[in-house]
Amino acid sequence: MNGKAIFETDETDFSIFIKSAYEALHIDYSKFFKMDNLSKLAFMIADVLLKEDTEKDVALVLSNKASSLDTDRKHQQSISDSTNFYPSPSVFVYTLPNICLGEISIKHGLHSENAFLVFDKFNPSFMKDYTNSLLKEGNAKKVLCGWVNFDNGKYDAFLYVVANKGTFAHTTEELTRLYQTI
Amino acid sequence: MSKGVAITGMGIISAIGNNVQENYESLIGEKMGIDKITQIETIHKDEIMVGEVKATNSELEQRLGLEANTYSRSPMLGIIAAQEAIRQAGITDINDYKTGLISSTTVGGMDKSEQYFFEYFKNKEHHHHIDGLHAGDSTQKIANYLGLEGSFMTTISTACSSAANAILLGARMIKSGRLDRAIVGGTDALSKFTINGFKTLMILSDTYNTPFDDNRKGLNLGEAGAFLVLESDKIVEKENRAVLAYVSGYGNANDAFHQTASSDNGDGAVMAMEKALKVAGLKPEHIDYVNAHGTATPNNDLSEGRAMIRIFGEGKVPQFSSTKAYTGHTLAVAGGVEAVYSVLALQNNRIYPNLNFKTPMSEFNLLPETESKEKVLEHVLSNSFGFGGNCSTLILSKEA
Amino acid sequence: MSELKQELKEKIIEQLNLEDIAIDEIADTDPLFGEGLGLDSIDALELIVMLDKDYGIKLADPKEGRKIFESIDTMAGYISEHRSR
Repeated sequence: MNGKAIFETDETDFSIFIKSAYEALHIDYSKFFKMDNLSKLAFMIADVLLKEDTEKDVALVLSNKASSLDTDRKHQQSISDSTNFYPSPSVFVYTLPNICLGEISIKHGLHSENAFLVFDKFNPSFMKDYTNSLLKEGNAKKVLCGWVNFDNGKYDAFLYVVANKGTFAHTTEELTRLYQTI
Repeated sequence: MSKGVAITGMGIISAIGNNVQENYESLIGEKMGIDKITQIETIHKDEIMVGEVKATNSELEQRLGLEANTYSRSPMLGIIAAQEAIRQAGITDINDYKTGLISSTTVGGMDKSEQYFFEYFKNKEHHHHIDGLHAGDSTQKIANYLGLEGSFMTTISTACSSAANAILLGARMIKSGRLDRAIVGGTDALSKFTINGFKTLMILSDTYNTPFDDNRKGLNLGEAGAFLVLESDKIVEKENRAVLAYVSGYGNANDAFHQTASSDNGDGAVMAMEKALKVAGLKPEHIDYVNAHGTATPNNDLSEGRAMIRIFGEGKVPQFSSTKAYTGHTLAVAGGVEAVYSVLALQNNRIYPNLNFKTPMSEFNLLPETESKEKVLEHVLSNSFGFGGNCSTLILSKEA
Repeated sequence: MSELKQELKEKIIEQLNLEDIAIDEIADTDPLFGEGLGLDSIDALELIVMLDKDYGIKLADPKEGRKIFESIDTMAGYISEHRSR
């Protein structure tokens, strides 16, 4: 976070990685284990970023390339075998990428605006303009935004909070630089 | 600069018609598009009713001049709707202004992909349909077909409020000057993926859906493509466009209650409607008609009904109806379909009936319109709520 | 019956991803929803799938689940009476 590692591991298996991060970061939220991989990833980073924040007027704008494909595949597999045909409601629910925004909103009591966008790649110039217009229009005091992608066991995430005052300059160049350093 | 963003074109293909005119005739003629499923082979075919577009994939391919099995159903429905919208706007060169395409989908290319899922490793020929699973792929296909070059393009995925959010995003990007023109809407084809998913959630009705009825049994899934062309005042003036209506208000809020269920009192819905009224600079009493989300699930209609009472006041809810009884719930596209219907309502001064309504709900005193009515309309409010707590409201107005 | 109850507890913990709950923390009479285990409507749907898959019991209306899933006791009682597998 802000250039400092808050949790380190050599573990490459996502489920083991995320569980040890959950424990190390003291998340303590039993519903966490019901989430799909994308939600776990987004939820955990958001939790670290929002934990100390008392501001509730925080809009959420997340993006990725794979949408909810990781969970879509799971659901698709469960309806592909007619001899073992038991699709799971709790898997199906997560076949929408914006469910992770719902999870974050529920945990932090955020009723603010949120959007999930699918781009070919991280689009810093759009994210910057859109976030600025949300702040300028008075739609939110802060915006949690970024990129959270999960596909085929591979994942990457870069989330950040934008406010009128902050640590880093909110420019396309700076966002690109920060994204590339993760 | 005017407050609203001009709508200069619209297009739709749904269970009640292959274009805007056919849809309007069905709405006025009270013709439902709900029936037994014919295009998909599913084990649930006798237990569900759906709102299917009345065309096979090969008919859609022919209509678009596409080779067989190159595009899945979702992008084809989207292209048909977007083409109609562009034609109506009178656009001859799609790249003559800064144009963006903001589409939405919940299934992407799932319908074709699911057929080939298990042939994946055996058969390379169908490989492109597996790529088609990616939600952004149908948007890319639509952009390619329309000849959009190097412009802004994204796919919004916020479940059943997606197309409403595409319209919201497009309107904002035009207002902020980032785009001159936005083609906004969505496309979702029926698929086994969604049918089986919703089946596990046990919210599918086995008969015609009955929004806001006390005995409602759940929703009918539907499919559609629907797009609007939004253009800046600069284009409207320069090209002398006929403006169909204006996007005057929009609002989005999160219900922050549950992954799929709406809160008992519709907190998110109330906030979305409040925000939209504020953006439009209108008071609740200025709204002449509400095109409700009204999916006919026990949960949605109760929560939305309570939210409307909270916004408008007991006994003061304007005339309202849900058009889901006509089209089924078209998921990501619902907000687009209903924006088209709301514009048609404004243009024709018409309120559509909430078909299949018989028994008022016991929890409150709310009666949807049951007959097609003429009424002078200035402002129409349209709600779309999605899983993940995503609640959106659009306000469409005759004048900017 | 006690074997079935034990089996149900194991299955509930596994199927519903209750990672922070141990089998012996669930009493036979504990309410599964609301206060007790804190299960919600999606969990209820998941239990309906479990009834079908593991015991051959099909529920058509999710409301039927409310009574059946009150506690491990009520669940075990219903399953032993209606199971086809």
